[in-house]
Amino acid sequence: MNRLMERYLRLDALPTLFCPGCGNGIVQQAFVTAVDKLGIRDDIACVSGIGCSSWVPCYLDLDVMHTTHGRALAFAQGLKLARPDKKIAVFTGDGDCLAIGGNHFLHACKRNIDLAVIMINNHIYGMTGGQKSPATPQGAATKTSPWGAYDEPIEGADLAICMGATYVARWTTAHPVQLEKSIEAAIKHKGFSFIEVIAQCPTQSGKSVYGDKDPAFIMKKLKENSVIYKEGDHVPAGKIKCGVLHHDNDKTEYIERMETQLRLYAESKAPKTSGEGEQAK
Amino acid sequence: MEPQQREPLPKSGRKTILQGNEACARAAVYAGCRFFAGYPITPSTEIIEVMSSEMVNAGGTFIQMEDEIASACAIVGARWGGKRSMTATSGPGFTLMQETIGFAAVTETPVVIVNVQRGGPSTGQPTMSSQQDIYQVRYGSHGDYEMIALAPSSVQEMYDFTIRAFELSEKFRTPVVLLADEIVGHMREKVIVYDGERQIRGGHRNYVVSPQDDFFTGSNSLVEGQFHDDMGRRIGHLADKSGSFLASLESKIQNHIDEISDVDTFFMEDADIAILAYGSVARPALQAVRSAKGIREEAGAKGRFVGNLRKVLPWKKPDVNPYSHLNVGMIKVNSVWPFPDKEIQRLAKNCKYVFVPEMNVGKYVREVDRCLKHSKVISLRKLGGDLHTPTEILAAIAKEVEQHE
Repeated sequence: MNRLMERYLRLDALPTLFCPGCGNGIVQQAFVTAVDKLGIRDDIACVSGIGCSSWVPCYLDLDVMHTTHGRALAFAQGLKLARPDKKIAVFTGDGDCLAIGGNHFLHACKRNIDLAVIMINNHIYGMTGGQKSPATPQGAATKTSPWGAYDEPIEGADLAICMGATYVARWTTAHPVQLEKSIEAAIKHKGFSFIEVIAQCPTQSGKSVYGDKDPAFIMKKLKENSVIYKEGDHVPAGKIKCGVLHHDNDKTEYIERMETQLRLYAESKAPKTSGEGEQAK
Repeated sequence: MEPQQREPLPKSGRKTILQGNEACARAAVYAGCRFFAGYPITPSTEIIEVMSSEMVNAGGTFIQMEDEIASACAIVGARWGGKRSMTATSGPGFTLMQETIGFAAVTETPVVIVNVQRGGPSTGQPTMSSQQDIYQVRYGSHGDYEMIALAPSSVQEMYDFTIRAFELSEKFRTPVVLLADEIVGHMREKVIVYDGERQIRGGHRNYVVSPQDDFFTGSNSLVEGQFHDDMGRRIGHLADKSGSFLASLESKIQNHIDEISDVDTFFMEDADIAILAYGSVARPALQAVRSAKGIREEAGAKGRFVGNLRKVLPWKKPDVNPYSHLNVGMIKVNSVWPFPDKEIQRLAKNCKYVFVPEMNVGKYVREVDRCLKHSKVISLRKLGGDLHTPTEILAAIAKEVEQHE
């Protein structure tokens, strides 16, 4: 085993429940590498919801909360508000974050609360056996859309930008190095960071979404199909827009805003000095 | 095992007049609550309003979340961050919180949830009272778990039971519900409050099934909704281990029921008819007992349940008391869950009749009936949101007794 992973994994919890060829391990290693580089092992906690993606932090020897379906962001915000001095990473999936957890996602983005959210998008409900998710491409045949999905998929990263998240990136599992750098940047960023990782699910979405369940084939396809976006670029339709899609360092983070507001209120209520009092007259 | 000990509340406090919901919020601050997440809902809204300023004044954190689901989740998250936390809601909001209450029970998270009951189902009667959630509070989340719930009958009890709820939740590392209702939530009464902060001791290891420490204490805790062993490792797929996990979650509460049970009695010494009441219905129930005995002064009232006992009798001349033949007393259940079987059996052992007035279709009465083999247990239900009147209770008792004798 990789020496780094050996230091970070709960070895007695292995083997993982991921299928052979799953993309989650790539994300897990990218996260561990980022945490190790930042040297914040004791100052970071992970919160996750339900689904394959949410099992990623459960094998890590960190403070981890594996919560209920869709609610990871709500738990994480409580934890962050209780410990504003610490960093919180949230692991979620396309179904967990965009379907059942959609409302929490919108509000957390708008608050711009300091969380690093990693949404692993495998375009399917993998753990329950391959049903249509909010990110399943139109026309893809799944267990609950046997004639092809009718719904237009929800783009998590676009939604995050539109709702006010201040660091938004998208990568695929075919970009492990860039992904790791993005996770590092997201943890360092003070505000709501959202990273969408397109990951292969050979078992459940391989055939329906990519036409083949060979993980190497899917990853090759992901790499070929992605375009690394720079501001102002035009991304042709059908291509995966990868890269840092939005980075805003000017918007104030939620807890800072809360503190500023309380300070301003206290100042406005403080007894005025005589000089100011005269000016007011 | 630790001997039964309940730290008494301080002898000296400040007298003031508060609304029930306000009293609950102030008690939470006194009990060391430093995180409140909530969502406004009638008739519990005053709690979130008071907490929005009180949390800031006390150096804690307040957040208004997007819904009740998120509010319940946020307090669980904050508790693992080391902050004592609470949320408050009513009817539909309490239904939404059930998922997280189950999570808190399995992960052994000490949090306090206040449910100021209103009439249901659905939107029902937002501004009227009820006791319809007595089963939801016990069985609301899916699966098997134990629940501690306290039902206050006065503003003073709103205050005292909130403190008790924090103590019990920390001691047994479990969610505790303060099961109030619109009447006690909105009434104003004299109440004794305390300043400063109460010292509450944390969970005794003997009570904890899967001890995980607060986050960022170097313990690398794994807080898991799936069944887990004492190391946090998942055992949900192992039948034998899961079975014993569930059993210990149950026994951690059931084996300490004597410590949790809180039952008051009024005039029960030689009573052969008992009225068993909880929550706001205990008020007219006690008045009924006193009226039957022709008592005008505040005799029988006990500390936190003084209430605004009426000094007049329902009938004008004491010598025409039509119920003087009823030898009636009252059992007031404060810790409604876990159901105090033994305590109630002991108190009602000489009672021929036990009447259970409730503002619902008659739910708690089933538990009482199951528990009391030798008494005739009769439901006095009242629907619609109004409290029973003392004469209603007495008339129903007299009618029933007459039929059988």
